[in-house]
Amino acid sequence: MAATNIPTGGAHAQEAPHVQHHAAGDHHDEHDHHDQHWLFKYVFSQDHKWIAKQFLISGIVWAFIGATLSTLFRIQLGWPEAQLTWLEPLLGRWVEGGKLNPEFYLALVTMHGTIMVFFVLTAGLSGTFSNFLIPLQVGARDMASGFMNMLSFWFFFVAGVIMFISLFLETGPASAGWTIYPPLSALPQAIPGSGAGQTLWLVSMALFIVSQLLGGVNYITTIINLRTAGMSMAKLPLTIWSFFLTAILGLLSFPVLFSAALLLIFDRSFGTSFFLSDIYIGGEALNHVGGSPILFQHLFWFLGHPEVYIVIMPAMGIVSEVLATNARKPIFGYRAMIGSLIGISLLSFVVWAHHMFVTGMNPFLGSVFMFLTLIIAVPSAVKTFNWLATLWRGNIRFTAAMLFAIGFVSLFVSGGLTGIILGNAALDIQMHNTYFVVAHFHLVMGSSAFFGMFAGVYHWFPKMFGRMMDEKLGYVHFWLTILAAYLVFLPMHYVGIAGFPRRYYAYTAYESFNQFGDLNTFISIAAIMAFFAQFIFLFNFVYSIFRGRRATENPWNSTTLEWTTPVEPGHGNWPGAIPAVYRWPYDYSKPGAPEDFIPQHIPYSQTVSSNLPYEKEME
Amino acid sequence: MIALGILLALVLLLVVFGLLFRLQILTSIFSGSYVRQIGLSNRVNAILMLVFMVVGMAAFAYSFIANFDKMNPPIASVHGLHTERMFWITMIIIGIVFVLTQVALFVYSYKYQYREGRRAFFYSHNNKIEVIWTVIPAIVMAGLVFGGWKEWTNIMGPAPANSVELEIMGKQFNFLVRYPGRDGKLGPINYRLIDATNEFGFNLNDQRSLDDFTAGEVHVPKGVPVLLHIRSRDVLHAVYSPHFRVQMYAVPGMPTKFWFIPTKTTDEMRAQTGNPNFNYEIACNQICGRGHFAMKSTIIVEEPDDYVAWYAQQKSFAEQNPDVLAAFKNKKTPVIEEVPAATTAAPAATEKAQAAL
Repeated sequence: MAATNIPTGGAHAQEAPHVQHHAAGDHHDEHDHHDQHWLFKYVFSQDHKWIAKQFLISGIVWAFIGATLSTLFRIQLGWPEAQLTWLEPLLGRWVEGGKLNPEFYLALVTMHGTIMVFFVLTAGLSGTFSNFLIPLQVGARDMASGFMNMLSFWFFFVAGVIMFISLFLETGPASAGWTIYPPLSALPQAIPGSGAGQTLWLVSMALFIVSQLLGGVNYITTIINLRTAGMSMAKLPLTIWSFFLTAILGLLSFPVLFSAALLLIFDRSFGTSFFLSDIYIGGEALNHVGGSPILFQHLFWFLGHPEVYIVIMPAMGIVSEVLATNARKPIFGYRAMIGSLIGISLLSFVVWAHHMFVTGMNPFLGSVFMFLTLIIAVPSAVKTFNWLATLWRGNIRFTAAMLFAIGFVSLFVSGGLTGIILGNAALDIQMHNTYFVVAHFHLVMGSSAFFGMFAGVYHWFPKMFGRMMDEKLGYVHFWLTILAAYLVFLPMHYVGIAGFPRRYYAYTAYESFNQFGDLNTFISIAAIMAFFAQFIFLFNFVYSIFRGRRATENPWNSTTLEWTTPVEPGHGNWPGAIPAVYRWPYDYSKPGAPEDFIPQHIPYSQTVSSNLPYEKEME
Repeated sequence: MIALGILLALVLLLVVFGLLFRLQILTSIFSGSYVRQIGLSNRVNAILMLVFMVVGMAAFAYSFIANFDKMNPPIASVHGLHTERMFWITMIIIGIVFVLTQVALFVYSYKYQYREGRRAFFYSHNNKIEVIWTVIPAIVMAGLVFGGWKEWTNIMGPAPANSVELEIMGKQFNFLVRYPGRDGKLGPINYRLIDATNEFGFNLNDQRSLDDFTAGEVHVPKGVPVLLHIRSRDVLHAVYSPHFRVQMYAVPGMPTKFWFIPTKTTDEMRAQTGNPNFNYEIACNQICGRGHFAMKSTIIVEEPDDYVAWYAQQKSFAEQNPDVLAAFKNKKTPVIEEVPAATTAAPAATEKAQAAL
């Protein structure tokens, strides 16, 4: 019984006349969708909604793996003296005589970062919602190329399999930090994880980049070319604007990471010296001369910095949408919101070296990057103020999604503000690579992006699965998570101000860093609490797919196009013609209108009572 | 503490199971189509918003004050005192913004919670307000940038001519220290000459190297500029000494440098902190492998006279290792091409750039 109710299931797909979206392609038109083999419907699907779900579920799986890794290293940090023999069944010989192997600790840190940044918050967040929402919100039958879209997921999937396998290598997975700075990442003599583990990391990441590019080209093309009648760029929901700019950032920056990875592969395997020079290790002087490890950092952060905006911008878009819908108010300063997204996108390409102030980079460059970095605070501030103004004099419904959207703003502010300190080169001398940095980015791009993702999942779940998630569980999930997030990351600032370096297995060797033992234990307990709170979400998610209360077409009384589709839209999205669009997406609580929302596809001629003076002529 | 953690986790699990049970009941009651009711839970969440803000901010303020001394170990360098001042000014500015925005967020959430029959205010934009809140952050940022830039160029500018110079070389997993000896010049070194005895790769064919000596830890005089030449012989490391606000990467193949003026001797610091074991420490702050977390060295700040006395006692590397010296003498040809003694292209370029400004 449950099976027939699963997702985009068959029943509605059959009603959909799925005509237009294949007309342009060379797809086998003779095949009807209900004739499709299950393999092409559920596994190698080309339906953007199904691909979105594939990304989402992979993302959730990866998030739990990533979180498990962090729990392991938080146990080490919280209780450095503890006997960890009880972990042996899980970790095997990585526990040596009751102690975690320090190299494995570094592997945990590395893989946690890699998984969370790339597999969860890039693929899981942007992959899910770009895929799901772009065609539905711009009014298209599917992505520009369903086939490329499918490839995008499967490249990601294979990348994931390879990364997962690397966790079980005898020499361990990559252990040089998620930023894989050479020479550490290039020399197996330096750390065993830089052997096969690093090779698999690089191969996996290369495939991941291919996935990102295939996806990104599709998103951009769809948004530019497949908007429905009347959907001008100035009528796009902010979600779409954020996905659009995110895809552009990815398209321009991921190839640079690819080149860095390629050069690193050359250095590792073919004897070149792009990043290596003057190295004596393992009792011998290597032949590499003339390379620069700093060059790698430039290439890495040329992706790496836009990457943090690739992570956060989709969350910003989702939050804008959820806030407006549930405050029953237009988003404040729609154009300023788009402008600030564009500003952030442009600036994100010229701030990368603020990660490198103390690497020995020319200090003059440091000055330039400090200036550019602090400018980027301005569009971010504008966005925050606009979100606050959106809440002002609203009529707020606290759905689970709304709670997470509010939580996002709170975390984004808390984490973003400390960026003003880190972006200041003179202050970064002390703060660089300390827990202050860890706290900063976990709040501003880690936790907030997760909150954006949760907001998105709770909000669009009804359209994804035709059922509702349980609200009460959502509330508990939210309150526990935001509490835990602050309990983990606020104290980390204290530790960071005191100068605790990150990626340390223990602090016991130092006179300077032994004053915060209790606080580290406290942080670990809070982190474990955060981890367990996510099982509430997991349960709610899985349970609601099968047993959640049935959704209606437009459960949130929202204005955007996806809510004009059937409860479970089939492949092709709209059973009849695609609706045309007449107005912007934020006509909430318009004076004079009978309802407190007017969907985008309602022409002005039907809303005479609420039209503003300048809208009269469009009636 | 583990027990406490496990206990917490168990309690949490129990809560979860309790909720699941309740959910089971609820779902059995509800079936069919879902119509959203805005009821009590909306009010509860609104109140929780306010409670979370008040309790959260109070707890934050309390813990911040309680931990303030712990997070502020005393500072012992001239530029460190400047950056510290800037740090706290910036913290106050962002603290004000933090409080204002968080209060607005949570208070609005509470105040504008759903009420039957009320309609939200249709208010799509206000150019004047938007210009104001774009310009004000821009001005504040400009101020902060200017202050930071001034400080940064001072710190990164050329070291004074009377600086004490020494070299720190990072290797897995400790720091090696080298002083220029009586001639005041660090001799050239070459990574191909490194072996178990000649850990630095001294080229003893060069006159400048003959009086260079190594030390187990860093000794510097109080009140005198100290110029650290920093290099690495294997992977990246970073020389990080929080009490001095000193941090610079050690990069293989690219010597870097950092200069600072220590203001308190180790003994003074011991008296001030009341900790007889106090030492200025250098911590490696760039992931470098298994022993990263224990890769450290010590900086001993002495009165200038004591420093001079210590310096005079040191024996050069060549003197301590006559066999290495002999081996160099026996090889007639100079070994390999010279690696320039700790200088970088970058600072020269900086000076030019600064001159241009």
